[in-house]
This record gives sequence, structure tokens and C-alpha cells, in this order.
Amino acid sequence: MIVWTAIALVVMLGIAWAFRFAGQAVTGNAPKFRDMPFGVAYGYVLGVFVLIWLVWAYLQGRSSDPAVANKFFFLRIAIEGLIIFSIAAWIFRLFGRSVGTAWSRKMFRSMPLTASFGILTIIIYAIFAIFAGVIAPYGQEQIIPGVAANIIPGGDPAMGGNPEFPLGTDQIGRDILSRLIYGAQNTVGIAFATTCLAFLLGGSLGFLAATLGGWLDQILSRAVDVLMAIPSLIFALLLMTIASVWAPELGIPLTVFMVIIIAVIDSTRVFRLARAVGQNIVVMDYIEAAKLRGEGLGYLVFKEILPNATAPLLAEFGLRFCFVFLTIAALSFLGVGIQPPLADWGTMVRDLGGFVNFAAFAPLAATAPLLAAGAIALLTVAVNFVVDWMLHKSSGLKE
Amino acid sequence: MGSVLRIILQRLALGLLTLLIVSIVIFVAVNLLPGDFAESILGQGATPEAVASIRRDLGLDQPLITRYFDWLGGVLQGDLGTSFAQANFATFTGTDSGATTVAAQIAPRFANTMFLAMVTAAIAVPFSIILGVLAALYRNTVFDRATNIFTLSSISSPEFFLAYILILFLAVLNPIFPSLSNIFEGMSFGERLEKSMLPALTLTLVVTAHMMRMTRAAIINLLASPYIEMARLKGLSPMRVIVKHALPNALAPIINVIALNLAYLITGVVVVEVVFVYPGIGQLFVDSVKIRDIPVVQACCLIFATAFILLNLTADIMSILSNPRLRHPK
Repeated sequence: MIVWTAIALVVMLGIAWAFRFAGQAVTGNAPKFRDMPFGVAYGYVLGVFVLIWLVWAYLQGRSSDPAVANKFFFLRIAIEGLIIFSIAAWIFRLFGRSVGTAWSRKMFRSMPLTASFGILTIIIYAIFAIFAGVIAPYGQEQIIPGVAANIIPGGDPAMGGNPEFPLGTDQIGRDILSRLIYGAQNTVGIAFATTCLAFLLGGSLGFLAATLGGWLDQILSRAVDVLMAIPSLIFALLLMTIASVWAPELGIPLTVFMVIIIAVIDSTRVFRLARAVGQNIVVMDYIEAAKLRGEGLGYLVFKEILPNATAPLLAEFGLRFCFVFLTIAALSFLGVGIQPPLADWGTMVRDLGGFVNFAAFAPLAATAPLLAAGAIALLTVAVNFVVDWMLHKSSGLKE
Repeated sequence: MGSVLRIILQRLALGLLTLLIVSIVIFVAVNLLPGDFAESILGQGATPEAVASIRRDLGLDQPLITRYFDWLGGVLQGDLGTSFAQANFATFTGTDSGATTVAAQIAPRFANTMFLAMVTAAIAVPFSIILGVLAALYRNTVFDRATNIFTLSSISSPEFFLAYILILFLAVLNPIFPSLSNIFEGMSFGERLEKSMLPALTLTLVVTAHMMRMTRAAIINLLASPYIEMARLKGLSPMRVIVKHALPNALAPIINVIALNLAYLITGVVVVEVVFVYPGIGQLFVDSVKIRDIPVVQACCLIFATAFILLNLTADIMSILSNPRLRHPK
């Protein structure tokens, strides 16, 4: 197969040359073709071939022969998903452009498709997280009596599915769809709470350090330097080991410890940013004026500094949320994060991960762990798209 | 030149100091555990005499400060202590295979992890620089936008998602690489490379995105400078302008970001090693965390932190050396 790919790549060299030559001949040496480097011509040909291959692979995925269809099943789902998401994002943007206030309409008009996809995805996740109890057909810890474990997703009885459980059941017979929906509540909710805590801690300490300066600033900054010198996931794992011993002794759930540990570790990054932003604001004249008026520390921080630091902190909030979310998912995946029986995506990937190996002959069985991992990836990608767009917009970069 | 040397020495001293403080933090954190290993291996029915005897054997009856300096002195001589679990196993079976010291346990795994990191760097660094140069060359085209979306997605996906996707397509559906990396001693280089290809590719996906975006940004930053304008007006081709004129000047931030990403590899490696059951130091760390084998956890943490600090230090020194404004401070 590698040999065939290599031959195809070499053949494309010839086609690229012919393509450029034909372009020059047909358009009477138009500048576009005359100045086209060979690499660009090759890029066009390569792009066209990849597109043709994708269409071919998609048709293979719809083939009636199960052996062939199984092999291209995931590619087919990925292509269909991409198209559906793009159309949904496009419609959402169209909707946003025509409905709402003048301000929101203006915002949607300049929005790239990736950002509108991000906003749409975040809204859907938020709805699932808030109304998980109403939407989910079963409870997250509910082992339904009389239902087999490991029912295959797809709901087709001939393939080992059950129409009542469209995504099947897990290793002890819990409904995977319900657990995925509750996962939105648990994983996203806990990550959101952790990020808020990290911002409360890091933000207030950072502003305090910037406003007061002196020895407080020195102590806090050096402490943060030391904490940041340890890789965060490693430090979190170390502290979670210790917490896992303390948790049963104190009778506090391990998840609470995890929230505090990750919030403290991530607040160091927030502290750095808040202090840097705060220091730029503290030297402004209006702060001096407020100080001369005799305003207290609380007024200075919350009424003068905070409103002027919202824009960078908001972008940081999005990025920080992604990091926290991924750290929690990684910890859960390693088995020391959110504890069962709470439904959580990282734990689900770990528990169901082995099914990926059955993908060659039963592709549906492999979808469960990929759905849980994909749910994590989709949200972080969506948040990153939105933050990317916000940063691009606020920096005014046009390149 | 003297001032450069002084700055570098200053940074090195600062790095060493940080390392010392980090070792204290790790040691104190581990010793916050209630109860100790002696109680936990003997279980509920432990007699006080048995607990005391194990404590004496492992030196757990000494005060905290003494234990810290004992540990630190040992670490400096390459003695990372005795693995509790292995020591226990050895006394239980009556065999002494010589693998009870943490150092003996970590050494081969450390070599494996370094091998994985090297393979990853060998793929990721050239790949991301080429991709970054191409994206800068064809900026604001379909190619640039597609790579932007692709890299943003792979930065923000969790490592295990990328790992399972690669397993799915490259190991299960098209059996090209093995999905489990069972590496043992005496393997030929080619075999070892094949077995560690999937973890290396996963890590490549994770770090390439960041490096590529920084390369692109660093080059585009320079494109507005007058000397680039000059080169363009001379009639040089865009490729030549970027590779010959922009890239050398953009090298400083690129080297910096490469060092930082190699540091990032260290945290990424834990999850990836667990997915592929790769016998590296990350796998050992997670296993030891689960059985609370304190000396191993301590040692792994210290190794990770050291590597992290060293790479950050390198990035720091590189950026000083490559920036004349920092090299000659006023």
C-alpha cells in the first residue's frame, strides 16, 4: 500500500506539470499560471486527489458488502458529521445575522464559520448539561434490571443492539446515552466550577499583588514561580495520590479535593496574567486619583482595576477552561479523577477503550469510547475556535 | 561576552535553586500522607512491633528534616531509595533480584521514554517547521485555513482521543503499526521504532500544532520589515525570501517554542504511555501513584520536574543568546 501511495505521488508530479502547462496554454499565459511555482501546482493536484479519494472512501463506506463498509465506516461518519456540523453552523450564523439586536447582528456578520460552529456547540452542551435530568432516558447510576451488559450501539437487534438503548449499555448494564448526557453535567460542570475557583483565587491574589506590591507581591510571585516549575499534570497526580488517602479519613469526596487541587495549580497561571494586567492599570492616572480620593482597597480592585481588565481575562477564561477540562479528563482517564458512580467522559473512555480493537468487524462496538472521547474533544475545539476568533478580533490583526 | 556568561550563570543558579525548592515541595507533599507505608502493607491486623520493625528498616522513624537530607544526599549520588513495593515483593518471595532500588527500576524505563521523546522530536520538529513555512508562504489561502483548523483541533483534543483515533485507523482498520508497544531489552532498533511509532505519532500531533503556529506567526511578524520588502523588490521568489531572509531571523522564537514544547511532551507522555502500555517512566509513575509506592512517586516527580526545569532553562538561555537587546542589557 505504501508503494502504491509513492507511485501515485510520483504520477501526480507529472499531472501537476501538465496542469500548469495546460493552464498556461489555454489562458494565453495569464499571470496566475505564468507565475505559478511548481509546488503550488502540485498542491492543487494533491488537493483534488485527496478530495476524490474522500468521495471514493465515502462511497465505499456506503457499500452493501459489510466487509468493505466496515472498513470505511468511521471515515463515512466523520465526513457526514463534518458536513452536518458545517451546515448547522452556517444556518446558525444566518439565523444570528437576521435575528436579534443590531449589535448581535453586526457580530454575526463578521464571524467566521468556525466561530459560529463553536458558539452553537457551546450552547448545545450547556443545554445538555443544565437539563441532563430531563433529557436522559435513564439515571446515570441506574443498572436497569433485566438488561444485558455490553449491548452494542446502533439499536439493531440483528447486530446485537436494542432499540431502547440507541448507544448500547456499558460493562455493567448502564445506558451509555444517559451516561454521556450526564457526563456533560458532571465533567463540564466540575471543570467550570474549577475554572471559576481558579479565577477567583488567582485573579484576586494577582490584583492584590499588583495593587499593594512590596513584600506581598514578592512572596506570592516567588511561590507561583515554584509551583509553575512542576509540570501541572504531574503535580496534580502527586497531590491526588495524597488526597486519595485523606479523602476517606476526612469523609470528604475525592472529587472535592480534585477541584481544589486543580484550581490551585491553575490559579498560578491566572495569577501571572492578572498581576501583569493589573500592573499596567495601577500606574494609570485614574487609579492615582482614586487613591487620592481615599478609596479603599476593595473599591480600587473591583471598581477600577477589574472593569478595565475584563477583555484579556475573558479570553484567558476560555483557554483556562479548556486546560482544566483536559486535565480533569486526563486524571479521570488515568483513574484518579472524577470517581464512579458519577458518569464522566474520561472514565468512560478508560472503561470502554478496549472495544476500539473490535472496529474491524464490528465498527458499532467501537463507537462508544470514541463518542465519549469525541465529546471532550468537540467542546475544547469549540471553545478554542471562539477564543481564537475573539483574540483575532480584539487584537485587530489583519496580517 | 562577559555579561552574557554572567547572565547564563545567574539563570543556572536560579534553576538550581528552583530545583531545590521543588524537591522540598515534593518531599513535604509526599510526607503529608496520613499513616505510612508500614501500616498500609501490613493491613488491619498489624502488630505494633511489626510496624516498628518495618519503619526502622525503611528509616521511617527518623524526623522529617533528617529524612529529607538523607533522601537528597542519596539522590545526588544517584541513589533514589528502595521501592517499597519491590522491597516488599522481594522479602515475600525470598528472592533478591537486585531490582529493589528505585534507580534500577527507573533506569530502563527512563531510557525508553527518552527514546520515545527523541523519535517524536525527530518527526515533529522538521514537520512543523516545514508546515509553518508553507503556511506563512501561502497565508490566507485555503491551505492556510485548513492547516489552521487542523492544528487548532489537534491542540485542543485530549491526548487519549488522538491516540484512539490513530489506533483505530493505523492499527485496527489498517494493520500498519502495532497498537500495543511491548518493548523489551534486546530488541533491534527497527523493531523498537515500529513498536513506538503510534505513541510517537500521537505526541507528534500534540506538539506539532503549537510549534507550527508559532513558526508561522514568527515568520509573518517579520514580513513587514523593510529588509524583507527590499528582498522582495530585488525580485526574489517568495519561497527564497522566506527561507533565506525571514527564517534565520525568526529562528530565535522558533527554537524557544521547540524547547517549551519538548517540556510539554513530558506531561503529555504520561497519558500516551498509559494508552499504548508503553513501558516508560510515565506508566511507572501512574502505576506507583495507584499503589502509593512513595519513593518511586517521589523519584518520578523529581525527574519530570528536573527535565521540565532544564528545558525551560534552555529556552530561557536560548532567547537571551539570540536577542541582542537581552544580550547587552543597559
